[in-house]
Amino acid sequence: MLQDILVTGLVNGGVYALLAIGFSLIFGVARIVNIAHTAFYMLAAYCFYTLLVRVQVPGALAALISVVAVTALSVLCYRLVIEPVREHESAVLIATIALALIFQELMLFSYGGNFLGIPSAVEGVLTVFGVSIPYQRLLILVVAAAMLIGTWLLLYRTRLGLAIRATANDLEVANLMGMNVHRVAMATVAISVALAAIAGVVVAPVFVVDPFMWLTPLVTMLAIVVLGGLGSLKGSLIGALIIGYVEAITVFALPQGAFLKGATALSIMVVVLLVRPEGLFGVVFEEER
Amino acid sequence: MLRKLIVALGAMLAVPLALAQGTIKIAVIGPMAYVQGENHWMGAELARDDINKTGGISVGGKKLKVELIRADSNEIQSVSDATNAMERVITRDKADFIVGGFRSEAVLAMQEVAMDYKKLFLGCGAADAKLGENVETNYERYKYWFRVTPTKSADLGRTLFAVLGSIAGQIRTELKKETPKVAIVAEKVLWTEGIVKALQANLPKMKMEVVGLWQPSPTATDVTAELSAIERTGADIVFTAVSGPVGIVLGRQMGERKMKAIAFGINVEAQKDGFWEATAGKGNYVSTLDTYGMVEVSPLMIPFVKEFEARFHKSPTYNAATYDAIMDLKVAIEQAGSTDADKLVPVLEGFKDVVGTSGTLPSWDKRHDPVWAVGKTSGIAVEWQDGKKVPFWPPQIKGMQPFKLP
Repeated sequence: MLQDILVTGLVNGGVYALLAIGFSLIFGVARIVNIAHTAFYMLAAYCFYTLLVRVQVPGALAALISVVAVTALSVLCYRLVIEPVREHESAVLIATIALALIFQELMLFSYGGNFLGIPSAVEGVLTVFGVSIPYQRLLILVVAAAMLIGTWLLLYRTRLGLAIRATANDLEVANLMGMNVHRVAMATVAISVALAAIAGVVVAPVFVVDPFMWLTPLVTMLAIVVLGGLGSLKGSLIGALIIGYVEAITVFALPQGAFLKGATALSIMVVVLLVRPEGLFGVVFEEER
Repeated sequence: MLRKLIVALGAMLAVPLALAQGTIKIAVIGPMAYVQGENHWMGAELARDDINKTGGISVGGKKLKVELIRADSNEIQSVSDATNAMERVITRDKADFIVGGFRSEAVLAMQEVAMDYKKLFLGCGAADAKLGENVETNYERYKYWFRVTPTKSADLGRTLFAVLGSIAGQIRTELKKETPKVAIVAEKVLWTEGIVKALQANLPKMKMEVVGLWQPSPTATDVTAELSAIERTGADIVFTAVSGPVGIVLGRQMGERKMKAIAFGINVEAQKDGFWEATAGKGNYVSTLDTYGMVEVSPLMIPFVKEFEARFHKSPTYNAATYDAIMDLKVAIEQAGSTDADKLVPVLEGFKDVVGTSGTLPSWDKRHDPVWAVGKTSGIAVEWQDGKKVPFWPPQIKGMQPFKLP
């Protein structure tokens, strides 16, 4: 059973990590409470499904178009909906909830409530310690690692990354230093949503595509980002793995309570917050900043 | 005061006016953005057209055409939306009869509204036993409710055991395993509780070993951990009681893992044409109870399925039995010579061996539930084989094909 937990937890943690990176960036670093983040993930999945399955566009091209289109849409949404109210966090929260619901209803109207499936990019199964792992899930692990490294490099090794962190740290000072804070915020949103769209393209084949697929990941992402420490990419990775392992342990140790795996993971988050309100890596992040 | 009187008078005149204009209004209520509601509507459309082609329904020597009212209950998302839709079709659209409903929780709430207005409501989707129990415990209030499809949950259990016994027999013969191992995967929801208890109590008596019970959330979109654990048990059968997206994920992930166990049970998503595509072609050998197929459960089933597929380019799900519900209404109205619900109830209660598209109704019992009978109201079992939904049970029905083990 131990090997099952180790392998399953790692693979599921990888899936969560890929989803959490973009959310961590937008929520933790740029301090934009973009509830529509996972709705963009849903849109990318639909876009990818439409191009790949219905229009029969080759996989790589379909993925590229999906990511670019959804990222462009996010920039438009930022300019029209988020930017005008960005000064007011509660207004941003409400505006992005509205955006997410609009996207959800649009998909429901266009595709109905049916559950749709996307073929895997890579077929086959790898057996590790007697545990079967589909290659698509291994691909998710690889993409998650690449995105994590790429995002870290962007944030800590580029001028744009410096600008994003500076703007997040103190908007007014960054503005006084001559930074175009609106453009930086827009870039942050675009990068973050691009990560969500990549997650949509890579992760959706292992789940199902439906208009409500953004809700469950949203709660899990919030848990991971808060658990790991706001804005800490390392924290998000560790948080994702913790949630992945807690869920695996719940299912293996308590099969009849498999439905509790989400609740158990969230309970762990609450306990961690009670003991360490800033999250696991919150302080480290503050020092870094 | 005068204005209120005029409005009230207008409302009172509305129903007779509809009849005077030569139509009987039947509301088709269901989640129209979903497959269930689509099938409610499509089955009803076929019934309406078949009736209207012959001039309509005879009421007291006069032919009245059928007029359908499409009511989106949105019941999968919201029970209150469902009750609002029911209220609207009765008070604003002046429906004479109501057919449809899917989600038990919503249908129970809609049943209350329909009973308040003494409207005949023929259910074509919900299995919860409480709907029928209401009729038994408070007949005067709930007598206007009749269940058309599916059978009540306890009878679904009887069907499941019958099919499971047949599959276990095949495993014993082909795989030489005297005591097949069964892993139970049931959503943690109300309708699965009775089934799970019955399985745990009865499978050992049927010489099957229950190796574990896994209860994911009905909205779960990943069962990797569950399937890893099930693989370890060496299960031969994964018994499923799932209605949500988890049914697709389960089928797909079992296929990806090339598991040797076969999935059988109730898997609502596997009843749909879209299941194969939704599992990206990985749902081979997934089996489930179903209602319609190209088999002669009744003489009307194959012609109905053909007509349905020709018109809508998809096969019907059990919700399309709104066709049967409307035809039942037609027969009852013509026998009673009236559209008065109080006069129709005893006529419907007296139905015997009524041949429908979904099967043959021996009669309704005192709860207004269809009497369960194999090959008549039990429905069928189907297995996905290379992209096709193949019916395999009850084996004595003409058109059934062999069940395949992975």
